[in-house]
Amino acid sequence: MIKDITIGQYFPGKSVIHRLDPRMKLLLTTLYIVMLFVADGFLGLAAGFIFLLFAFFISRIPLTLMIKSIKPIIPIMIFTGILNILFIDTGTVLFEWWAVKITTGGLKTSAFMIIRIICLICGTSLLTYTTSPIMLTDAIERVLSPLKKIKLPVHELAMMMTIALRFIPTLIEETDKIMSAQKARGADFETGSLINRAKALVPVLIPLFVSAFRRAEELALAMECRCYHGGEGRTRMKQLSLGVNDYAALGITVAFLVLVIVVNIFTVI
Amino acid sequence: MESNAGRIIEIKNVSFSYVNEVAEPPVKTQVISNLSLDINRGEFVAVLGHNGSGKSTLAKMINGINLPENGDVVVDGMNTKDESRLLDIRQTVGMVFQNPDNQIVATIVEEDVAFALENMGVEPKEIRRRVDEALKTVGMYEYREHAPHKLSGGQKQRIAIAGVIAMNPECIVLDEPTAMLDPNGRQEVMKTIKRLNEEQNITIVLITHYMDEAAQAKRVVVVDDGKIIIDDVPKKVFSQVELLKSRGLDVPQVTELAYRLRQDGIDIGSEIINEDECVSALLGLLKK
Amino acid sequence: MSVIKTENISYIYSDGTPFRKVAVDNVNIEINEGELVGVIGHTGSGKSTLIQHFNGLLKPSEGKVFIDSEELWADKSRLKAIRCKVGLVFQYPEYQLFEETVYKDIAFGPKNMGLDDAEIDKRIRDTARLVGISEEMLGKSPFELSGGQKRRVAIAGVMAMEPKVLILDEPTAGLDPKGRNQILSLIKEYHEEKGNTVLLVSHSMEDVAKVATKILVMNSGRLFCYDTPDEVFRRAKELEEIGLAVPQITRVFNRLKAEGISVPDNVYTVDRAEEVLLSMLKQGGEADD
Repeated sequence: MIKDITIGQYFPGKSVIHRLDPRMKLLLTTLYIVMLFVADGFLGLAAGFIFLLFAFFISRIPLTLMIKSIKPIIPIMIFTGILNILFIDTGTVLFEWWAVKITTGGLKTSAFMIIRIICLICGTSLLTYTTSPIMLTDAIERVLSPLKKIKLPVHELAMMMTIALRFIPTLIEETDKIMSAQKARGADFETGSLINRAKALVPVLIPLFVSAFRRAEELALAMECRCYHGGEGRTRMKQLSLGVNDYAALGITVAFLVLVIVVNIFTVI
Repeated sequence: MESNAGRIIEIKNVSFSYVNEVAEPPVKTQVISNLSLDINRGEFVAVLGHNGSGKSTLAKMINGINLPENGDVVVDGMNTKDESRLLDIRQTVGMVFQNPDNQIVATIVEEDVAFALENMGVEPKEIRRRVDEALKTVGMYEYREHAPHKLSGGQKQRIAIAGVIAMNPECIVLDEPTAMLDPNGRQEVMKTIKRLNEEQNITIVLITHYMDEAAQAKRVVVVDDGKIIIDDVPKKVFSQVELLKSRGLDVPQVTELAYRLRQDGIDIGSEIINEDECVSALLGLLKK
Repeated sequence: MSVIKTENISYIYSDGTPFRKVAVDNVNIEINEGELVGVIGHTGSGKSTLIQHFNGLLKPSEGKVFIDSEELWADKSRLKAIRCKVGLVFQYPEYQLFEETVYKDIAFGPKNMGLDDAEIDKRIRDTARLVGISEEMLGKSPFELSGGQKRRVAIAGVMAMEPKVLILDEPTAGLDPKGRNQILSLIKEYHEEKGNTVLLVSHSMEDVAKVATKILVMNSGRLFCYDTPDEVFRRAKELEEIGLAVPQITRVFNRLKAEGISVPDNVYTVDRAEEVLLSMLKQGGEADD
């Protein structure tokens, strides 16, 4: 059933990580990504990995969810791995046949890259798992708000995202209904060639668009009636405020970043 | 706030027409013609009329969504043609529409109720207070953190009403708010509307084509073909069975029964609009 | 002969998850050919889920469904053919219109059945007349029509498939009194003219009482009763206990009875009420049942 699709990957919870200010979470995620890219050896990467484990543990996100988030990027991981194995020829040669040459350096780099990708994906997934889409939208609007000065329509973009999030479930439900209705009129969505199946969608898409436009029109009217006149002079009910937890989390993250940099320096020496 | 008696809405000789520009040549359809209507503070007025009678167009004129071609609409002393007062007018007259899905903006109930207040630039603490109060008034406080799309139709409609009463309006115009609801949802919404009128003295303009809902109002205005054809208390309105039927409207079953019995030569009153009245009238006849 | 028959059907949503919900619970029913069945029950009673089993949109979690004596899920290749025997008109069906013209939209169903053009044309004109769509309207875009007209076009689209059973889910929802009456009388006319079985799902007891020959009541997933309107409305008290409103006129008569007046307990339309009262008042005595 299409109804079962969840929007975003939010996993509701009450952990410390869930309760962090979404703006802080955006910053922490950025710092974490920097951390992963600064690390140039396994030791630094290990520090990043420990940080991830630590955050993952206190977020209480089920392990299965984390593994699920890695699945779609397995092809990319394999591709990167093979590329690195084939094109890096430092260290001792382990195997050579025709133009193919596998070296210890190649294996090391490819392992390093794969671990880095895993850390990257898991870290960013942690952000979307612990932050509701609406909180993320809110955070992005506030973080980007200085850009209003250069005429970037930050409020409008955030409003559009909010409305999209609000209406996606409604439209999915509607798609389901229209498909059932056309099926009852003998429409066939499951068999036939690709072109025929694409054609079969016309009786679904047209009513869906017509209804989306009607909804948009009615929503605009309702918003106007409730005094909507753009972002100017608008206040918000929920004020985001940074608390002790946020600063503590920032402290820990910065500590890890410093650790990675220190590890880098020492391994160079 | 001063809530002096007197008129909250004055509609003076207004006309309105839609122009279909797609048609060749453009077709102009007159929807409202030279209509006048005054509504007093604290009144509960039901506006009846079949689809296309102009009743929705009239509703949208009250808060300046539609501006009259001729004539004036004055809300609490403000003319809807005065653009500088538009936000004040919309705060004074809140609107609730038919489709509950298409008037909820946010993905969380309380955020949606806060929407109008955020637009008005109210202080965050005050927004919180008013949102909680509005949600309690409509009996949806426990649902404040829910996702609106998972609620029933009646609950969604109550959220929409909460979003309007958070603005502290003097008047609420509801355009067929129960048309898409099941009987339970309809009852929930009607109870909420009546409470707002009785306890908070909010003026209610209820546009509907359900006779049982109109019967709960204190005044019923029947619109047909862009004009007001009847404007009276429910009893007097429903007793005009023939006129209503000829305009594509219905009457409650008990009213219809009394009307038919009268036609058959039985001596039964012409102002029966609810069960109690019908039972006692019939008892009077049968126990003779 | 029964045209729809179910054997112990149950339908469970999201089985095996915390959201598990039994929407239809062990329902056995047999609907004979030619009936006009009013299906009532409040939201969540399982009535919408039940009717979606009758044309194979849902597969029962347990139990069997027979349409015209043929088991619905026994042979999947027969599903489409059986589905054409049971036409289902959803709530707000006007939102499924999509073609350029009313004519083409009504043709969609018959075309999917693989009928030839002459037969399709005949059926379109036939149903258009039945639902009151003029020749001129057939050439128009369905999006230009009024709400009530759109609804009638959508219903015609299913009627043109000439199903043995026509199921309509809340066909009068959102319409004004005139629109409601038009739809109800066209359903009645269709039933009388074609003699086909019709299932009418409705929240309005008054509407059902006006047209139905049988009434099916669902309550929390179970079949509460399936009987003639006389028998069903006799149980007005029980219906009110499960949260269903009986027609206003029935409530009036029940109260008269409670006051000690001897009135028949099968009055559920204004016509019948008028007839009963007249005979009582004119004879000055008790009505004969």
